[in-house]
Amino acid sequence: MKHPRRASRDPLKGAAPGARQSRLPGAPGSSALLGWHSKALWFLLALAALVVASFWSLDLQWREFLSLDAARSMGRFLGEFFPPDTSPEFLRRVVQGTWETLAMSALGTGLAAVAGLALALPASRRGDGGASWARGPTRLLLNALRSIPELVWAALLLISAGLGPFAGTLALAFHTAGVLGRLFAEAIENAPPGPAAALRVQGVGGARVFFYATLPQVLPQLLSYTLYRWENNIRAAAVLGVVGAGGLGQMLAFHMGLFHMGKTATILGAMLLMVALVDAASHGARRWMTR
Amino acid sequence: MNTATAPRAAPTRDPAWLTRVFWIGAALVLLWPLGVATEFRPWVLFEPRNLRVSAQFLGSFLPPTLDGDFLALVARETWRTVAIATAGMALALLIAAPLTLAATRVLSLSALSGRMARGPWVGRQAVRWLLIVLRSVPELVWALVFVRVVGLGPTAGVLAIALTYGGMLGKVYGEILESGEAHATQTLLRNGASRLQAFCYGLLPTNAAELTSYTVYRWECAIRSSVVLGFVGAGGLGQQLDNSMKMFNGGEVATMLLVFMLLVGLADRVSAGLRKALG
Repeated sequence: MKHPRRASRDPLKGAAPGARQSRLPGAPGSSALLGWHSKALWFLLALAALVVASFWSLDLQWREFLSLDAARSMGRFLGEFFPPDTSPEFLRRVVQGTWETLAMSALGTGLAAVAGLALALPASRRGDGGASWARGPTRLLLNALRSIPELVWAALLLISAGLGPFAGTLALAFHTAGVLGRLFAEAIENAPPGPAAALRVQGVGGARVFFYATLPQVLPQLLSYTLYRWENNIRAAAVLGVVGAGGLGQMLAFHMGLFHMGKTATILGAMLLMVALVDAASHGARRWMTR
Repeated sequence: MNTATAPRAAPTRDPAWLTRVFWIGAALVLLWPLGVATEFRPWVLFEPRNLRVSAQFLGSFLPPTLDGDFLALVARETWRTVAIATAGMALALLIAAPLTLAATRVLSLSALSGRMARGPWVGRQAVRWLLIVLRSVPELVWALVFVRVVGLGPTAGVLAIALTYGGMLGKVYGEILESGEAHATQTLLRNGASRLQAFCYGLLPTNAAELTSYTVYRWECAIRSSVVLGFVGAGGLGQQLDNSMKMFNGGEVATMLLVFMLLVGLADRVSAGLRKALG
């Protein structure tokens, strides 16, 4: 690609919507691109370089993957899934695992909501001018909790909590507390300050101002954030067990490791069914609430 | 002071106190079976033996391992993590773009005059279901399957991200395209433009910013999930983290966790900046 001519018109404001389309494959926007400031072109070049470098440095085994041999082994692998194990006693264990997964996600989200609220208070900038020294460290803590994924938390917590669903529950709680804490802090900051100020000028103390003025205002928002995270956490809880933290994932990793393919297929089916049901329920609930 | 205008005395105690106590109690009763199912026993954490092991492990976090060899290894693995995410996203785009084109209702010719014909409707619905299936299998499960087929290494991670994110991108692209203004596209179609032309000149320009913005956001998510995929053997930072954890090497774990947080923060910044630039 040659270097673009310098655009004669205003480089940023003059960008027609057509300039943007050229970032996507198959877009016929080359003339608009040349007419734009070179930023778009540099962005595209950098993107292409990143993609090429990624493929080049990863030494992907396409040959093995696309060979006849691999296709055969993939076919054999998928064939072993059938028939899924549907013996009553195994199904009972799968149902138990599903319940465990749901319980992990619910309890983890609940704990996270409580911890998130507790951390959101010092992390938010409220009108009372108190305790601003705690804001920075709390935000840092929330960011750290949030940026480590559930699965890494689970692997770390296994050391102190042992194998099983307890570690998974705590892992979900840690990560989600970070996410919810930040969202809660923003919600609290954005709450209308009037009612809180009205109580404060009457000489009511900080805790009571929060419980009787701020919290009632933001509670619906906090609840909707929590429910949304719960939905995400059900999906996360299903796979957390892969490192040994309980639920369906632990059964999946166990049986897949022993090449019990029929049982693996049943567990996968249960996982998909659970996720689909949760999706449908949340979709239905949203539609019902926004109607 | 006139008694008529004196403010009414505030209640000394919360009038809704009893109701609140009742609902908190009810919630605790409901939580009980959850606690049983998840073997929720926090005191396990504070048993002397567990406490000693945890304290030892946490203690070994300090100081983080910072020797040259290890840092070089971490840098290489970090790049691999980013590369897995990027390559996976590129393949996901290759999967999502044609499927989106096939599934979009706005590009239906028969729907221009009333209802969509039966054949195209069934075809579009089938593509939608395919996208839903791709998306609803967690990427970690795809990775477990591919590790079995292609062996340990980044190929499994790239494929897992490609399939799951292909499904996600396809579904959301479809929603974006259908929620936007369809007038220009339909005018093009009515005047005899082909569907690809209508897409390139009508649908894409109106929605390009939103589509790109969502793609960038998903790239950020892919970086996070490519670390996680390493835990099942798909290469990158996650695999090293898993190895160090299994060997209880706290110093290495601490370094990698710090690097990981920096990486996520950086991806967050880049993604937010790009999306802001798109408006």
